Amino acid sequence: MENLIINLARTLSGWLQQIGLSPFWADLVLLIMQWLAIILIITLNVLILIWLERKVSGFMQERLGPNRLGPFGCFQTIADTLKLLTKEDIIPSQTDKLIFKTAPMFFIIISVLLYAVIPMGKDMAVVDLNVGLFYFISIGSLTTIAILMAGWASNNKWSLLGAIRSVAQMISYEIPLAFSLLGVVMITGSLNLSAIVAAQSNIWFIVLQPVAFVTYFIAATAELNRGPFDMPEAEQELTAGAYTEYTGMRWALFFLAEYTNLVAVSALAATLFFGGWQGPFLPSWIWIIVKTYLIMLVFMWLKWTFPRIRMDHLMSFSWKVLIPVSLINIVVTGVGIEIFKGMGW
Amino acid sequence: MSGLLKTEPYIINIGPQHPSTHGGMHVEAVMDGEEIVDVIVHLGYVHRSVEKIAESRTYTQFIPYAARLDYMATNLPAWGYAAAAEKLLGLTVPERAQYIRVIMGELSRIASHMMFVGSLAIDLAATTGLLYCLRDRERIMDMFEMTSGQRLLASYMRIGGVSHDLPEEFFPAINSFLADVPRMLEEYNGLIIGNEILQARCNGIGILPAETAIAYGVTGPNLRASGVDYDLRRDDPYGFYDRFDFKVAVAQKGDCMARLMVRLEEIEQSARIISQALEQMPEGDIIGKVPKVLKAEKDREVYHRIESAKGELGYYLLADGTDKPARLHVRAPSFVNLMVLPIISRGGKLQDIITNIATLDPVLGESDR
Repeated sequence: MENLIINLARTLSGWLQQIGLSPFWADLVLLIMQWLAIILIITLNVLILIWLERKVSGFMQERLGPNRLGPFGCFQTIADTLKLLTKEDIIPSQTDKLIFKTAPMFFIIISVLLYAVIPMGKDMAVVDLNVGLFYFISIGSLTTIAILMAGWASNNKWSLLGAIRSVAQMISYEIPLAFSLLGVVMITGSLNLSAIVAAQSNIWFIVLQPVAFVTYFIAATAELNRGPFDMPEAEQELTAGAYTEYTGMRWALFFLAEYTNLVAVSALAATLFFGGWQGPFLPSWIWIIVKTYLIMLVFMWLKWTFPRIRMDHLMSFSWKVLIPVSLINIVVTGVGIEIFKGMGW
Repeated sequence: MSGLLKTEPYIINIGPQHPSTHGGMHVEAVMDGEEIVDVIVHLGYVHRSVEKIAESRTYTQFIPYAARLDYMATNLPAWGYAAAAEKLLGLTVPERAQYIRVIMGELSRIASHMMFVGSLAIDLAATTGLLYCLRDRERIMDMFEMTSGQRLLASYMRIGGVSHDLPEEFFPAINSFLADVPRMLEEYNGLIIGNEILQARCNGIGILPAETAIAYGVTGPNLRASGVDYDLRRDDPYGFYDRFDFKVAVAQKGDCMARLMVRLEEIEQSARIISQALEQMPEGDIIGKVPKVLKAEKDREVYHRIESAKGELGYYLLADGTDKPARLHVRAPSFVNLMVLPIISRGGKLQDIITNIATLDPVLGESDR
């Protein structure tokens, strides 16, 4: 079980070389297969997540949630996707058409790119980058541009306001997000995600870096545009914010991308603070799935309980609370490391 | 920077179709970035010419229209109208019917205030809060169904009394409901009101000074939240309100939080009134001696006002000697209360408009008539 997927990949590459492909082409085909696998995983995850979110919110709100289509309504999302696919694709006449059309694609591409570095199991990162964490943060910050594109191109006041809010929010929360991860990097001495996982074989970093985890979690909620920080969408004030003018599959792509980001951010949290794929008895790739889903449930719990924070409170919270706290955490971590070194550990 | 960069305010149209305007309302917000420069309220999207319809309906026939004015507290506007018509026609209401009216009216007030808490929660994006309030309000709806056969728009009041007596199964239902009210309020406190973000978004937001409130004719919980101790149930008793012991909920600050707290306190007090009414209620008729055809003498006019869930709800009736009124005018509290929205919103942030609308608690069916 443990090496199921790795063995599958090895068999495939061996078979490709057997039929006479040069190693370069075999690697290329394998890479494409890996990307396809990621896209498949993402789509499957999003399908499950949307269903799960509706079921969880239903449970929290003493409702049933979807329950008509299939056992426990699990085919509901598929039906919804079909509906969205067949809907008329409306592009308002006053929009900046090129940007309007590319924004959702740009968003989803960025979200998929995040998955390149996440170790989905032992030796199971698509690219085992030595600056993996840096790559993750820099790619993640590009989502702002996608939302800004959508808001700007829609030529709608709601959309523009949503986009402006989103830019302000994401720039402010990127800083505590990156700072909160620095503690982990300082302890490990590496930006490579596999190395960070390996460093947690004795103790999870949630124990060593609890403050960093809390800051990361809050900042990540803001980065994901999820409640209570769902400023760009803000249904109650901005109707649908940056996505107001989008319909059908284009709108669904934003939705898909946001859920994709949710999985990525939760997987990163599991990797950095909860020992990644490490765990007893079960294969490593099941462990990371379990951990990721548990973290996502917490995200859902927050979203469905909390009201939306006000924009200016949001900004002051980031600059006056989160950033100082994460900076202090870095200092404390540094001092702690030196003390431990001095004690000869 | 402001000298170099030319900026100008822009207008955002909130409504008439918008998730959080509580019905067809159009709020034109003049914005400077996220800050509100001015707010212009446009009403009339739910205008159904209810007052004109009254002129072509008999006195009795108008009751369902009255029940549809404030559809969140259906029995209160119907009661107000029935009482105004009784005053005009010189009819008396049996004691039991008066008590039943108090019970149903206060249940409507609780339903309306529960909806207030729920809609405030969902307007601040705490979706779960709404569902919890709706769940509890559902029990009131069930009780309306038991008594009148209808849930939301119970046309339960009649001129001279009420349409049906309270059925057997009503009493266990209301007793268990009243017993659960403290638990419900505790739950709202834990889930909705105690939340740090909600506190931040309501405390000190949309402050309505007492003088402004009085100058604009604001009534009801919104007035009491500004520190004015004025409640028609105590200050101009109608029905049997002088027979009950209850406290008028007053808060001092006049902000959104004060408006919320006043409503919560009123839910508690309404429950107290209901339990007293249930104790005092005698046996007897539920409708007085009412002639088959109701006619008032020509040029007789009355004004009757009640404390509805939203404020002072007044009916002016002018008779022309036939079985139909010559003129009906409704003094709708929602309409008057909404007029202070620009005053309390100016200088705030865009998101505060939504909180302010939610805490003014307008019902557009009533304000537009």
